[in-house]
Amino acid sequence: MSIELRHVSKRFGGVEAVSDVSFSMKDGELVALLGPSGCGKTTALRMIAGLEMPTAGDIYIRGQRVNDLSVQKRNVGFVFQAYALFKNMSVFHNIAFGLKVKKWKRGAIEERVSELVMLLDLCGLEKRFPHQLSGGQRQRVALARALAPNPTVLLLDEPFAAVDAKIRQELREWLVHLQYDLKLTALFVTHDQEEAMEIADRIVIFSHGRVEQIGTPREVYESPATEFVARFIGVMNVLDVEVRGGVGRAGELEFPAHGHGEGERFRIGFRPYAVSISSDPSALRYRAVVRHTYFLGVMMRVELELPSGQTIRARVTKEDYARLGLADDREVSFQLREYRLLASEGGLLEPEVAVAREMPPMLGEGI
Amino acid sequence: MTEKRFNPLPGFRLTLGLSVFYLSAIVLIPIAALFIKALDVSWADFWRLAFNARALAAYKLTFGASLVAALANAVFGTLLAWVLVRYRFPGRRLIDALVDFPFALPTAVAGLTLASLFSENGWLGRFLVPYGIRGAFTPLGVVIALTFVGLPFAVRTLQPVLENFDRGVEEAAATLGAGRLRTFLTVIAPTLVPTIVTGFALAFARAIGEYGSIVFISGNVPYQTEIAPFLIVMRLEEYDYTGAMALAVVLMVCSFLLLAAINWLEHWASHFEKQ
Repeated sequence: MSIELRHVSKRFGGVEAVSDVSFSMKDGELVALLGPSGCGKTTALRMIAGLEMPTAGDIYIRGQRVNDLSVQKRNVGFVFQAYALFKNMSVFHNIAFGLKVKKWKRGAIEERVSELVMLLDLCGLEKRFPHQLSGGQRQRVALARALAPNPTVLLLDEPFAAVDAKIRQELREWLVHLQYDLKLTALFVTHDQEEAMEIADRIVIFSHGRVEQIGTPREVYESPATEFVARFIGVMNVLDVEVRGGVGRAGELEFPAHGHGEGERFRIGFRPYAVSISSDPSALRYRAVVRHTYFLGVMMRVELELPSGQTIRARVTKEDYARLGLADDREVSFQLREYRLLASEGGLLEPEVAVAREMPPMLGEGI
Repeated sequence: MTEKRFNPLPGFRLTLGLSVFYLSAIVLIPIAALFIKALDVSWADFWRLAFNARALAAYKLTFGASLVAALANAVFGTLLAWVLVRYRFPGRRLIDALVDFPFALPTAVAGLTLASLFSENGWLGRFLVPYGIRGAFTPLGVVIALTFVGLPFAVRTLQPVLENFDRGVEEAAATLGAGRLRTFLTVIAPTLVPTIVTGFALAFARAIGEYGSIVFISGNVPYQTEIAPFLIVMRLEEYDYTGAMALAVVLMVCSFLLLAAINWLEHWASHFEKQ
């Protein structure tokens, strides 16, 4: 185990920022701490680095309990969202800083720095100062600086949030390659679920200071443990269902009562991919009109409006969209393939209820 | 300024014109007049008026005491600004407000207060004078008064810069293994130096021009505790306008050269931000 948190909590004044969090990561793993802002993920990361002290619980790095170890002695690499480069130092001296602190010999420092300069494609920039670099270059310098002293783990706090979309994509790829090539153990914080899905081996999902679920991107997407996860990862249609005449009804949509009595209410949720669409208005069970189409790259998301005015989000591939001849205001029919019962308040989710199970969904862009 | 560029707030010519006019009326014309007036005097006379022994002693005290006071303010003002920005403690706002006190207090009042405080029977002088520390009617008194008037310049210049200082930089140094002293010396201090130099320059410039507080605390003994601005006033009171002018020209040229040197130092210290 490279990093392990056992029942870690952190209070700031009267506010519990992190409560009873436990998770662990293996050597060579790239793990994302994912959650909305203010959910405690950054605090958790800072506690691992030693920049915050936990109020309760234990933190282990490589099997050693580090609660009482100062930041300086934990040997972690930390990359900040706002780069936090030393602006009075050149790129070379920024990268060499940690090595000088550790009293490396001059020749060894030069060798190590040029190695990292090569690795992060910063050749020719060694003499520049941070203000003469672009955002992407700055963050690569920050990465090189953090990696130089061979840290046990690399911790990254929203590392790509401050750069534009194209550079962000590049930096993500850098991180994945670095992690693979150097067999790095890296933990990064992000609020961007797509980013976490794309590059992490495993995702730890935070909400209100607690861990909601830990799993691979596929696991958290296909088998969300809680409603929070289901709604945070990707898009989910949520319907309020009321039992009338022994059948659960939400507008035109009908569901089995699932053990609920007459007049009782429950909620169900389903992903956009679980909606089958036919261009024949009477082929499938429900009728609807295509209200809007969102172009997501490989996928198209269509908003279907039922006669009652209720809307449902569905997803089709670009090819299917063309094959079905879909367009805004076009009349179609649809059917749900699967859905889930949602717990009334928080709580764990029931497994999916298959209506007519077809091909498993594919993970793609714009989920 | 190119003509074709769209500017949502036009009026460059008007504002520049007004600025130049204002600067001319307030600063440039008086300075020019001073030089022109000084040209009336022969070189030998000027030399005699401006560089006699008494005048030299006065310059030495003015610039020497100003330098010491500004240096003290640069060091302790930095400390004070640091404490005010970085820590939250009861009474912080009061101390913060007190820093501006020397700005608001009439300098004559400050001089009078300091003189009575450090005189032989004063609250502080009573304890200090027996140990040979004389804070009134000595060059030390001049330094004390100049330190007092210059403090807010040093503190108020640095404060906003410290407030905007990225704490992440310190944390980054810590995660790389650097201790507090090393972080302060290699990461924090170098980025603050240009601002500290600016604060120093302002305190120094203020000290050179100071008159009100010093006339009370220094005792104005020729060759010992007489500052150059006081000497100018004395010459004026003797209706020796030429003598006053000669002193003023020297004072001005020295101030100008010093400020230019400090400006260059400031530029040099912030080399990593420019180019």
